[in-house]
Amino acid sequence: MASLARVRLAPRLPAGLRVQVRSVQTTADLTQLRDKPSDPSQPITVKLHEDSFQSYLCDKPDLEVQVTGEELLTMYKEMQTMRRMEMAADALYKAKLIRGFCHLAIGQEAVSVGLEHGITKDDRVITAYRCHPFAVLRGGTIKGVIGELLGRQAGMSHGKGGSMHIFTPSFFGGNGIVGAQVPIGAGVSFAQKYMGEKTCTFALYGDGASNQGQVFEAYNMAKLWNLPTVFVCENNKYGMGTSAARSSSNTEYFKRGDKIPGLQVNGMDILATKHAVEYARKWTVDDQNGPLLLEFVTYRYGGHSMSDPGTTYRTREEVQRMRSTQDPIRGLQKYIEEWGVANEQELKQLDKEAKAEVDAAVEEAKASPEPLIKDLWTDIYYKNTEPPYMRGREREEVHHY
Amino acid sequence: MNPLKGTYLSRRLSSFYLSVSARHSRCNSTSATPPADGHLPSVASSEILRTKREAGLRTPGIKWADEDSSAPTRIIVGGRETRKMNTYQAIRDAMSIALAKDESTVVFGEDVAFGGVFRCTMGLAEEFGKERVFNTPLTEQGIAGFGIGLALMGHTAIAEIQFADYILPAFDQIVNEAAKIRYRSGGGYNAGGLTIRTPTMSVGHGALYHSQSPEGFFMGASGLKVVIPRSPIQAKGLLLSSIRDPNPVIFMEPKILYRSAVEQVPIDDYELPLGEAEVLIPGSDLTLLTWGTPVYHCETALHLLQSPPPELQPVIPASLRSANIELIDLRSILPWDVKTVAESVSRTGRLVIVHEAGMTAGVGAEISAEIQKRCFLKLNAPVRRVTGWDLPVGLQYEKFNIPDAIRILDAVVETLAY
Repeated sequence: MASLARVRLAPRLPAGLRVQVRSVQTTADLTQLRDKPSDPSQPITVKLHEDSFQSYLCDKPDLEVQVTGEELLTMYKEMQTMRRMEMAADALYKAKLIRGFCHLAIGQEAVSVGLEHGITKDDRVITAYRCHPFAVLRGGTIKGVIGELLGRQAGMSHGKGGSMHIFTPSFFGGNGIVGAQVPIGAGVSFAQKYMGEKTCTFALYGDGASNQGQVFEAYNMAKLWNLPTVFVCENNKYGMGTSAARSSSNTEYFKRGDKIPGLQVNGMDILATKHAVEYARKWTVDDQNGPLLLEFVTYRYGGHSMSDPGTTYRTREEVQRMRSTQDPIRGLQKYIEEWGVANEQELKQLDKEAKAEVDAAVEEAKASPEPLIKDLWTDIYYKNTEPPYMRGREREEVHHY
Repeated sequence: MNPLKGTYLSRRLSSFYLSVSARHSRCNSTSATPPADGHLPSVASSEILRTKREAGLRTPGIKWADEDSSAPTRIIVGGRETRKMNTYQAIRDAMSIALAKDESTVVFGEDVAFGGVFRCTMGLAEEFGKERVFNTPLTEQGIAGFGIGLALMGHTAIAEIQFADYILPAFDQIVNEAAKIRYRSGGGYNAGGLTIRTPTMSVGHGALYHSQSPEGFFMGASGLKVVIPRSPIQAKGLLLSSIRDPNPVIFMEPKILYRSAVEQVPIDDYELPLGEAEVLIPGSDLTLLTWGTPVYHCETALHLLQSPPPELQPVIPASLRSANIELIDLRSILPWDVKTVAESVSRTGRLVIVHEAGMTAGVGAEISAEIQKRCFLKLNAPVRRVTGWDLPVGLQYEKFNIPDAIRILDAVVETLAY
């Protein structure tokens, strides 16, 4: 195996030469200002880097996009808040207040926040276990997420689910079984089509899950029935501890839908992710072209889960380089400052607010009690349709409905 | 290898086997060349089937959809009609009612648009439209996941898995998603609108991948219901209950009964209760518990016990022939009706469980453990299980693998004489 690995890794080119092979940029700050009206309420016109997208069986999105200064600031604040929340979860886990499984999305904020800014409230989202930011952005609360991680009543699933199990009316959860959420997303979008809703479903999964059989089953059904499903591969380059190149015969995940057109997107530049999401929404809902595959090329700074230091299958230098040169929040910060939307001081103020908001939510969540013992037996069956009893550990614990 | 070797009665019975098979007795396990559609002789003449209008309308536990459920139960048979249907027609009838009454209902699965391999969805696509009754690719895990997604959106999803043997690729979706989503979302979401229909049990020549009974695999999946009907009237009422039950249900249809079981089925919309067993024949000396196809083998065994043919008379003590055996159809496997079974065994002191799946960790294991705990001091004999062998279902000798009337009779005699 070791020799095989060497053979496969041998052709790796120095970073500078890789430009010859055209692929999307993952630098967060390459978008250029084109036109900025003097009225701050008017949208700014910017041009995305020409390597922000790669397409398969479809045209690339227009590179010129418009965005208001206010929206840039909102996105900045949300990305900072999401990162703060994940950092708080990390600290709570290390303090042994959060138990069980916990997967953090630090480094991938441009995907969750960009997605939310490109869709409507009535669109649906379903994702895998790296789900905390989506849950908050789709109508949840930080207190609800942290409370769930802590296993408290204030949690969004009343403390009965934990990290992977948080839902809102338009967010069909965190899902812990790798790839299992993808056909569910296809079913959700079938219902949208059936009801004639002008909405679509974003079914997210990672580069690791891309190799699950049921992902291909879902592709096939969605294309066969022309469902408004946007399959979103968050390619953070590692499926647990195995790099994409070592796990996937084809690492161009946007091309893996066979007849489903695909778009590979710079997942570190939030203007590119938001624009791609808008493109996908138009493709599936307005133009009724059937499903589309989006691949966001992104990066996770931390390990796969809390038990993975994240340094055994990649170098510390690689993580450090990504953090220092391609961070999505820093990229947006640079846009805001260079385009004169806000200055460093004003952004620092937003950072402070984000931290304060998360800190307050953590304290509230910590103050919430754990679920009652009797709640162990609720929500297994619909109320009043339960079996007469469920077993506990011993006779006294048998719960009778 | 003789699979019957080792049981006292069976050894003595081997000559009986051969002699009756020649004259096509009602003992089903002996028919020499079964017809291609899997005709089961014991079903045709079963007294359990309700073949008269009056009897069909007086099915115990029947709940008419057009009657107020809070009103006192009354059985009014006037003004209601029945039609002669076999099981697949009754199932089709139930789905047709569900499609007509609830616009969000969709029926999908492999080949269902042209009627399905067992004809259960015949004509539904023409009647209700191709958008509501449609074929899926051969994609069981995808079908289950897709159905769960639909159910999460509040739809009524009736999925068909073409054979219960093929449900295993969907096992993860059913156990990890459908069964758990209510709990893990703290009640926020549920897949209650999902019903998965699937043909189950042996057909005589189905072999490894068309004759299995996988109901036991789902028994530990709290949040799920598992239902197995025994006849057309039961199939229609239990299927409508399953479709409307606010929990995900796996509805397993014994495939040999699709054509062979015929009853006068009420044409109105009605339901039969989930989670409740039905006492088919009351008795006081032994409880015989089963579900699905073996219900009829049990009935045959009871006839053999009562009036054994000359070949059997030497091995069935005269004192046992008048024993009153209580025959119970469990109907719901999860949750199973502990109360009815325990109450029965407390009276009879003896329990024989019959199912087609293998013995090890089968549904019978769970039931016998619970009953021995609850009825320990009332039991006069060990709980006995008559099941398929712990083998893959081979192409040849399938009839020796499934529990037939002779093996059931053997277990009943041994348990009575214990």
